[in-house]
Amino acid sequence: MEEKKTLGELRKRFGGNILEASAPFGDETAVIRKDALLQIAEFLRNPPFAFTMLLDLTCVDYPGRPDRFEMVYHLFSLARSERIRVKLALPEGAAVASLTGLWKNADWLEREAFDMFGVRFEGHPDLRRLFMDEGFDGHPLRKDYPLRKRQPRIPPRT
Amino acid sequence: MARLDNESPDSLLLQMGPSHPAMHGTIRIRLELDGERILRSDVEVGYLHRGFEKTCENRTYFNLLIYTDRLNYVSPLINNVGYALTLEKLMGLQVPERAQFIRVLMSELSRISDHLTCLAAMAMECGAFTVFLYNMKAREFIWDVIEATTGARMTTSYIRVGGVRADLHPDYPSAVRKAVGETRKVLKDVHGLLDKNKIFLDRTRDIAVMTPENAIAFGWTGPCLRSTGVAYDVRKAFPYLVYDRLSFDIPVGDRGDNFDRYMVRMREMEQSLRIVEQCLGSLPATPATRMADDLEPAEAILAARTKRPRGGIRLSPNLEGSEKAVYRDILAGDHRSIVPPKEETYASIEGLISHFQFFMKGHGLRPPRGEVYSSVEGGNGELGFYLVSDGSDRPYRLHLRAPCFHVVAALEELIRGRLIADVIPTFGSMNMIGGELDR
Amino acid sequence: MTSMPGHFVTTRFNHILGWARKFSLFHYPYVTACCGMEYMSTACAHFDIDRFGAGMTRFSPRQSDLLLVVGTVTQKLAPVLKTVYDQMTEPKWVIAFGACAVSGGIYDNYAVVQGIDQIIPVDVFIPGCPPRPEMVLDGLLKLQEKIQKQEQDWRWKKRKP
Repeated sequence: MEEKKTLGELRKRFGGNILEASAPFGDETAVIRKDALLQIAEFLRNPPFAFTMLLDLTCVDYPGRPDRFEMVYHLFSLARSERIRVKLALPEGAAVASLTGLWKNADWLEREAFDMFGVRFEGHPDLRRLFMDEGFDGHPLRKDYPLRKRQPRIPPRT
Repeated sequence: MARLDNESPDSLLLQMGPSHPAMHGTIRIRLELDGERILRSDVEVGYLHRGFEKTCENRTYFNLLIYTDRLNYVSPLINNVGYALTLEKLMGLQVPERAQFIRVLMSELSRISDHLTCLAAMAMECGAFTVFLYNMKAREFIWDVIEATTGARMTTSYIRVGGVRADLHPDYPSAVRKAVGETRKVLKDVHGLLDKNKIFLDRTRDIAVMTPENAIAFGWTGPCLRSTGVAYDVRKAFPYLVYDRLSFDIPVGDRGDNFDRYMVRMREMEQSLRIVEQCLGSLPATPATRMADDLEPAEAILAARTKRPRGGIRLSPNLEGSEKAVYRDILAGDHRSIVPPKEETYASIEGLISHFQFFMKGHGLRPPRGEVYSSVEGGNGELGFYLVSDGSDRPYRLHLRAPCFHVVAALEELIRGRLIADVIPTFGSMNMIGGELDR
Repeated sequence: MTSMPGHFVTTRFNHILGWARKFSLFHYPYVTACCGMEYMSTACAHFDIDRFGAGMTRFSPRQSDLLLVVGTVTQKLAPVLKTVYDQMTEPKWVIAFGACAVSGGIYDNYAVVQGIDQIIPVDVFIPGCPPRPEMVLDGLLKLQEKIQKQEQDWRWKKRKP
């Protein structure tokens, strides 16, 4: 099947850097080692796989795990109408390679991940907050940030 | 701010602030100008960041449906469908055919209303106020159809996991035909007003040209990508619901400028109207029993104390469309994923218990553990939902892949070197919707 | 009760001033979110807001006297709203349009201001998510009643012991 082929090729080429490759609910997923991200991304972007579009880049917070954050990348190949999900585990405080050299929308997507989770990206040209204002303290989407903790910029009236 | 310090002392820093006359909501563009020419710009978003993703982690799957309406608020039914499809993929539910057609019908009506609003705003900002009024008129007819079925004009929350909330209202064919007819008239008028209009062409032709490679690198999808020439549409590439059975074309542009983005949206509206008419024709039939006359609800509840009532129960008018007789055609699933029909709830103890359990904290919709990504073709492009479920009744993480996020990320590059006046049609043709961009 | 000589004139003048102001409202649509769509519907041909005299949309706070806050106001946007309100000249009125402007709506989280009356004084609250255009027009009519009844600061009246 087409789908298994991509994952199979990934395993063949990168061997130990692919920790897991499966297709739960029909979505091909590969869990990789953090340091291999740039090579694997570039490999997937080039032909024959041609995952030319970075659909999405996000992060999930698992405070119970030793590697707290899990970065999730969704790549899409227009020519082959195929999607793949690449995940990697990231300990708190560590930085992950930035994909701004490969895909242009990674710029804003990584700024959003930094804003919401506090994940740092090495090689990002201008890593600053995207949604929250600059003086905001904390990263809202982390599980330990309370939902209702407001930081008003102007004091309430009366 | 760090990024836009004046490089040359002759340049002027101008702010197109968050309260924008162009009725797009809230975005702030800081421009560094040399006269009227833009040297650099910095687009600042986040003025409508309403914490959708964090809120969703604190609501049950059923309750967070209302938040999905407010994402792309000009085409709310498409967001509902996207979310419901994601959950159905995770839970493995198969929606009944009539419900699928209803979903397609509603999605396409929403898409038409999205494009009408986008072009209305774009034309109004370029000075063509008449187009705005005409489009809003057509939109009212479409919203009348949506309101008669769902109860609300805009933020409907009509789609349920497993189907839709209620069947279409009894006179839907004539109402839909009227809406389609009025929209066609309006489109014809707008074509006549804008297509060969020298002023509109001067403001949009060859302005903010985007090449296909650049668009793909930015992750553009939807009408903006199709205007550059790439024929990618989620409805054709990964068909969902009954789109594989309907015939429609994918209009593409050739130059990727503002005019092409406008033209692609106009042509897409015509294709959506085609789909709506096909749905009207091929909607599967439903049992004719509507609003049975047998028992008043109060009598039925009293009678149910001794013996389960066998006849039909007359429900209240706002439950029209969700009677037990049509339930099988509009909703699929068992007591774990859908609410039982009201006749069951009020006249039998099993129905009452399953109704209660559906809404109880900790019970109700509980998909299996896992993560899934599913997308639909929204008004702006590929609207994707990435859902991580830990088996409880609340999502662990729900992330939205917003199409206009990627489109607006390219705004800085598109307006560099152009005049201030070019920002308006460019920004208008991108259809930035704050609820989707900022979540 | 002795009546001061100017009372009849001042009440008539208040009446005329209220009449003139309420039927010539220039509004500044501070549109942020989904309610903006219902605002557009209200302003357009179907549910015309112009027949109530409030049709002139002025996109500058200095030229308008009604601030129509439409949609959710986030914490990031709050200072901007205050600045816009401060830039408006007297007399000015504020309508909070939509549940999010009234009280934060369905969003009770870190990012949303729970009602714009925490930032600026509000005259009329229009609830709804989004409110139907008829509700908006009803709110506008209530504001017009309020404007009609407003009294001016006539110095000699205030000096009465």
